[in-house]
Amino acid sequence: MTLDLSLLPEGGIPWLAASGEHADIVLSSRIRLARNVAGYTFSPRSGDGERLRVLQQVRDAVPKVGSLAHSVLVRVDELTLTERQVLHERHLVSKDLAGLDASGEPRSGAAVLVSEEAGVMINEEDHLRLQVFRSGFDLGGAFAAVQRLDQELGEQVPYAFHAEFGFLTSCPTNTGTGMRASVLIHLPGLVLTQEIAKVLQGLQQMGLTYRGLYGEGSEVVGNFFQISNQTTLGRAEDELTEHLSHVVKRVIEQEMEARRVLLRDAGYIIEDKLWRAFGTLRHARSLPSDEAMNLLSGLRLAVGLQLMSGLSVYTLNKLLILSQSAHLAHEAGRALTESETSLARAKYVREVLANEAGLAG
Amino acid sequence: MLNLTQIVENAVTQLHLCEKCAAERGIETTVAAPTTPLGEFLQAAQQQAAQMAGDASRCSSCGTSLRDFRASGRLGCAQCYGAFEHSLRDLLRRVHGSSKHVGRQYRPPSDEAVDRNTTLTDLRTQLQHAIRQEAFETAATLRDQIRTLE
Repeated sequence: MTLDLSLLPEGGIPWLAASGEHADIVLSSRIRLARNVAGYTFSPRSGDGERLRVLQQVRDAVPKVGSLAHSVLVRVDELTLTERQVLHERHLVSKDLAGLDASGEPRSGAAVLVSEEAGVMINEEDHLRLQVFRSGFDLGGAFAAVQRLDQELGEQVPYAFHAEFGFLTSCPTNTGTGMRASVLIHLPGLVLTQEIAKVLQGLQQMGLTYRGLYGEGSEVVGNFFQISNQTTLGRAEDELTEHLSHVVKRVIEQEMEARRVLLRDAGYIIEDKLWRAFGTLRHARSLPSDEAMNLLSGLRLAVGLQLMSGLSVYTLNKLLILSQSAHLAHEAGRALTESETSLARAKYVREVLANEAGLAG
Repeated sequence: MLNLTQIVENAVTQLHLCEKCAAERGIETTVAAPTTPLGEFLQAAQQQAAQMAGDASRCSSCGTSLRDFRASGRLGCAQCYGAFEHSLRDLLRRVHGSSKHVGRQYRPPSDEAVDRNTTLTDLRTQLQHAIRQEAFETAATLRDQIRTLE
């Protein structure tokens, strides 16, 4: 099986469109539910045959699940390393499902269903990981959609459920609702004004946690943070979602305030810094990943501060995801060395900016 | 290096902006990972998970022991929750602050529907196998059975 990204509805990343509320600050809102199919050993401990039966059972259910209409099934266990990384860079599969963690290989039967509205990872650490992404700050919309998918799929496939403990998961940190709600948020103002440590500390006190762009174990680069609920048991799904929404709303306000302070007190420095970032992105011949992320963060801030016009948030989102290493290798049709990747990234960014940035300085 | 310190409503804000770095690196962040990630907390909690009275030594369904769980942090199957109920209740309380699910209640589809779906899954798996083996007579029979059930 080779990966044809053009077959995935909206490339599996409709949230790039930046159509949601506060899309320049909140890139995406995501809700995922962990579910296991009753009667089978959990994926990490089950044999090949059992995992293939889980996969088949889900495939059989798909035609009766409206949320998965026109979905495409990708057998992750049949893809090359680069193809699996591409899906991970699009946030369609986790590291675990793509076999990008210590094990180095995906499990047999590892697959992902991608529809316009939702996705389902199959044979992840849990048999099923239902997920919905929405553009911008829209946890309510993501929750409604994932709830519908959960309802529809749960009528076809029996979930492992316990009267006291709720939905049973492989790791007890997910037991109960099995729900992780998160937003991918860009907070350069709070980082530059050094307010970020206080904000992040506050999150933890409120039962929330943060991670980098690619979730658990990923580094924070480019001022992108994933903020999510920490616990999954003892509170209902809507309560967890509303709590996260409430806190994120406050963080957005703090970020906007930090940006106002920056503009007021260091206006010309910021403006200079951000145009320099644009200059580098527009003309550099080699761009390592971290540098590109930091410069793109600058560009995003410039657009948010309305220091630059003619550059859409969609273009910024596209640059962020499609300039990642595996995407460049996939496009080149072969594995690239580190320096080749930096060259390819610089070329890609230059081309996109030349075509899509009708800037007025 | 430009250091700006300002006081807004009793809050001290410091800006350290290096123009050279700005030109070279753009906006940079040096934010550390969370100090107490849930993973670490869980690891500490699961290592302490003592075997409580009333719990089995192994899950009779998948063979996982509490020691296996302590090592991997993962349970083997849904029945493990019954086998290690007491230990897990204690662990869940420590991790989540509660062991009682209050969210969505769920009733699995009726046994009849599940049985039919399971049989269909079996038949479809057999059908694919038969086609691969080019056993077309078997395949035709299986296809008829699937149609009837559908």
